Amino acid sequence: MTAELITEAGAAPEAPARGRQVRRRLYADRMAMAGLVIAVVMVVAALAAPLLVHLEGQDATTYHPELLDSARGGVPRGSFGGAGGAHWLGVEPTTGRDLFARALGGARISFLVAFGTLIVQILLGVGIGLAAGLGGKVADAFLGRLIDLAISFPQLIFAIALLAIVPGTFPRPILLMMVIGLFGWGGTARLVRGQVLSLRTRDYVSAARLSGASRTRIALREILPGISAPLVTYAALLLPNNMISEAGLSFLGIGVRPPASSWGQMLSTATTWFQADPTYVLVPGLLLLVNVLAFTVLADGLRTALDPKAPSLRGGRR
Amino acid sequence: MSDAAVLSVRDLTVEFPGDDGSSLRAVDAVSFDLAAGGALGIVGESGSGKSTTALALLGLHRRSSARVSGQILLGDDDVNALDDEAVRRLRGHRIAMIFQDPLSALDPYYRIGDQISEVYRTHSGASRRAAWARAVEVLDRVGIPDAARRARARPHEFSGGMRQRALIAMALACEPEILVADEPTSALDVTVQAQILDLIDDLRADTGMALLLVTHDLGVVSRSVERVLVMQNGRAVEQGPVGGVLRAPAEPYTRALLAAVPRLDGPAPSRRTPSGEPLLTVTGLTREFRRPGGGLRRDVLRAVDDVSLDVRRGETLGVVGESGSGKTTLARMIVRLLTPTSGSIVFAGQDITDRPERELRPLRRDLQMVFQDPVSSLNPRRTVGDSIADPLRVQGTDDRAALRTARELMERVGLDASRHDRYPHEFSGGQRQRMGIARALSLRPRLLVCDEPVSALDVSTQAQILELLEDLQEEYELTIVFVSHDLAVVRQVSDRVAVMHDGGLVELADAEELYASPRHDYTRTLLAAVPALA
Amino acid sequence: MTRYLLRRFASTVVLLLVMVAFVYVIFYALPANPAVLVCGKGCGGGQLAAIDHKLGLDQPEYVQFWHFLEGIFVGRDYSSGPDVSHCAAPCLGFSFQNDQPVLSLIGQRLPVSLSLTTGAMVLWLVIGVSAGVLSALRVGRFTDRAVTAVSVLAFGAPIFVSGMLLLMLFCGYLHWLDFPVYVPLTDDPAAWAKNLLLPWFTLAIAQAAVYARLTRTGMLETLSEDHILTFRAYGLRERRIVGRHAMRGTLTPIITLSAYDFGYILVGAMLTETLFGLPGLGQLIVQSSNNVDLPVVAGLTLVAGAAIVVANTAADLLYAVVDRRVVLT
Repeated sequence: MTAELITEAGAAPEAPARGRQVRRRLYADRMAMAGLVIAVVMVVAALAAPLLVHLEGQDATTYHPELLDSARGGVPRGSFGGAGGAHWLGVEPTTGRDLFARALGGARISFLVAFGTLIVQILLGVGIGLAAGLGGKVADAFLGRLIDLAISFPQLIFAIALLAIVPGTFPRPILLMMVIGLFGWGGTARLVRGQVLSLRTRDYVSAARLSGASRTRIALREILPGISAPLVTYAALLLPNNMISEAGLSFLGIGVRPPASSWGQMLSTATTWFQADPTYVLVPGLLLLVNVLAFTVLADGLRTALDPKAPSLRGGRR
Repeated sequence: MSDAAVLSVRDLTVEFPGDDGSSLRAVDAVSFDLAAGGALGIVGESGSGKSTTALALLGLHRRSSARVSGQILLGDDDVNALDDEAVRRLRGHRIAMIFQDPLSALDPYYRIGDQISEVYRTHSGASRRAAWARAVEVLDRVGIPDAARRARARPHEFSGGMRQRALIAMALACEPEILVADEPTSALDVTVQAQILDLIDDLRADTGMALLLVTHDLGVVSRSVERVLVMQNGRAVEQGPVGGVLRAPAEPYTRALLAAVPRLDGPAPSRRTPSGEPLLTVTGLTREFRRPGGGLRRDVLRAVDDVSLDVRRGETLGVVGESGSGKTTLARMIVRLLTPTSGSIVFAGQDITDRPERELRPLRRDLQMVFQDPVSSLNPRRTVGDSIADPLRVQGTDDRAALRTARELMERVGLDASRHDRYPHEFSGGQRQRMGIARALSLRPRLLVCDEPVSALDVSTQAQILELLEDLQEEYELTIVFVSHDLAVVRQVSDRVAVMHDGGLVELADAEELYASPRHDYTRTLLAAVPALA
Repeated sequence: MTRYLLRRFASTVVLLLVMVAFVYVIFYALPANPAVLVCGKGCGGGQLAAIDHKLGLDQPEYVQFWHFLEGIFVGRDYSSGPDVSHCAAPCLGFSFQNDQPVLSLIGQRLPVSLSLTTGAMVLWLVIGVSAGVLSALRVGRFTDRAVTAVSVLAFGAPIFVSGMLLLMLFCGYLHWLDFPVYVPLTDDPAAWAKNLLLPWFTLAIAQAAVYARLTRTGMLETLSEDHILTFRAYGLRERRIVGRHAMRGTLTPIITLSAYDFGYILVGAMLTETLFGLPGLGQLIVQSSNNVDLPVVAGLTLVAGAAIVVANTAADLLYAVVDRRVVLT
């Protein structure tokens, strides 16, 4: 997965877009804008979760067994899983907890982990990638091997392994952020290292050396700005990937654990209900799907806006 | 249509529609004839439409958005009017094309012999064995030694000159009436270029093939063709027998073009006599690189091998050589972008051979470089004013003063200082080179090393830049080391010339002496290979 | 070439050793009381002591590590008095909860995972590459847009979401298929395939989208390269140009990428097997993780890591063989 993410991020463009131009191109891209709107709405909803849940008049933990039909195994009464004025998205089977509240709570955790992981990946990835790219032969040889190692490690599997050992008292979301991030910085580092190595040979870097600029100065003023475009694109694509990783781990029962909820975790309990109460599956499933799509499309739009010649997810004439 | 003309082009126009509804006329109502067995050269600078014209002759615009109109008469057939299948049949069979970069023009995955056979079989329907035999035959004809074995090789295993021969062999396979050559020698060294041009002449004499040669190099044209067509901005500016057009051009554009071309012959440009004291002395300078592909190998590549020379204050020292001669490596060592493996560099009395960066910093003011590639010499993410002002800032000048100086420098090199807040991609190649020069001069260096500063530019722009350098040299009292592969350009600017070959210094003499009576064999070969303007 | 192979082999071995060390540290050295973890929940005091001794936890660290390594190459015995559990080489650990060497657990479940991932891989390659080629040849037209739209959708859907949706559609709503139950290939090939259909498509969907896009981009790039222009200029038929020359350039990186991807089989399998309840390696690691059966998790982690490392090396070699220009460093 990382291999093609890197190729997708592309090389630093020769005629880089200025801020204004980037924004203009992005605004003109309708799909990316749709993605942006959805993403913003979701993030805001997640942040304002307590308020929204309060508006609805429910909460995520109260059981409402009276809304369930125990004769049919605990399925919520009414159509669409009991959705209506009181419970906007219905209730959970067997517990009767409000689905809307749980879904929003899930959104919070999903976003928290996804963004937190991204921060870890970027900090580690850029740091190590820069050091490898700018360092001398020895530093690069060592760090380069380290990056290869980080990429070859089966990320999810080691994550599972670690998650299995750490006692349950440690806050799960933070653990997830650390674990996914710790095994996921390799791609970023490889991207940064590659870009730095190629930018180093440019003549304007030589010119900077000729003027007596120190290595730090060259790194900060000449090289770093050059990698910002591919880095932003790559980071934008990492976000939905992180969401999927967290959802996957939670789905397997290893990530976020009840009573906390994340969409992945909700989906895992929902599996058995797909025939009796499809709403219970569709709510977290569609939310996850729409979110990932929104961020992916946004990331793609960002990439095209930053470098119109880069290959786009959504195609278009080359 | 005149008799005995194998190709007649009438009012050829090629238009490319733009994004905003406008259209660009790459070729505008161009007409010319090519006699059977004759040779026509199309010359022009970049953007003149010469390559677009060549592609149109084979109907190669059909898959693109271009609109082609006019007549292209190949015998009785109008290429523009034929259907796709008919055009496909005549490509390679009646009219064949060779391109500038033979490495990318050939398929890297298949053997050369297979590629040629494939082309032959497409048009002749011959069996595999017969086609292979033909491939070996033409490879041999173009002078590839041991053709039977070499046909089994892949393109990357050949050298540049051999690859071009292979491409010519492919063109030859079906015995076309016309060979269209689009900048066939631009990517090759001068000596190899001469060989390829000789080969083409030879083949023409043998097969009676007509030649359409597209090039920007007037020297090449004067040597290889009988008639010439000069193009500018898509239009045909002037046409006629090559001797006539080049010796007595009728149009002002042609005249300007010819005036801009640096010559190997003719009167020598007047030179100042610089003082004799050396500003920079290089002794026994060597630079080795480890060969890529295996750390266990002991092979080293000696890019520069035991070179000793001095650069005298106020002079312009030209350094010529073909690719691989080590001239660029030498240039980079002089300004200490690279550290020598052995030998010494003494600048203004100080030994700077292996001074650490910290100690070199004050000396950085005195040693500056102008780079070859206008695209990569400026940081695309910074304004041009910033890029030019940067060396001053690094050396301690405050922002305001640095920017002010930068703007002054922009004016000095012939740019509009009010555009200092624009970005490099908004300027042309020539303008970017001027900025590179401005930046190099900002610290008022004593020694300026120019590494192929005009090689990426059109002839007319080239002339302007060289003139600018000359003026600046006077005003700033610069000592210049001018590195280039172009002998004529070097002759125009240099007081003394050093010739490099395979890492070593082959000859060093006053410019006049070197060009009039070269002493070393290699220098002689080099000079003989340059196609001189008749 | 041999020199490169040797170097690559050496670095692969180093990588694997690092992985073994890593696994060992995480599972055996770090935990405060490995015996408890290894034994699992519900282990009594006497059992714990026995386990302690069996695992050799009373010995110094490096000796323990040595035994661990030794186990991998030669096999080892876990003994405490008369109670001996033999673990043949390569010994990837012993699951006390299941009273079997981890290796045999893996052996039982490997066919399932292999059936799943191989089938899915064939599916995604065929669908993805064909869609990509079609898209590239009809760039900008309806086919291209349709394929692209479907790809974006498929790409974004996580496995369990698309699996769930497929399940709901074909099982719950249309009743065309039953809920998948694994039937070994050797028992009944038809049932084997029929039951694996849903899991195959689930696993393949997202990957097919990725490959469709990559193939499309690759083909468009290849088609715009100079040597394609040369062949057009020499009058080769378009079909031949695409089929023989463009495909070669496009498929080369795709093939090597799929070699890389094959190394990640375990990851994709995990989710799919859990969703459909297939008794494969993926399900094993999830279950063992939940039951805190560390030796199994450790062993599987090692296997997964090794698979990826080997697949990566194979992919690099494959690339060099297919594209002779590549200089192996």
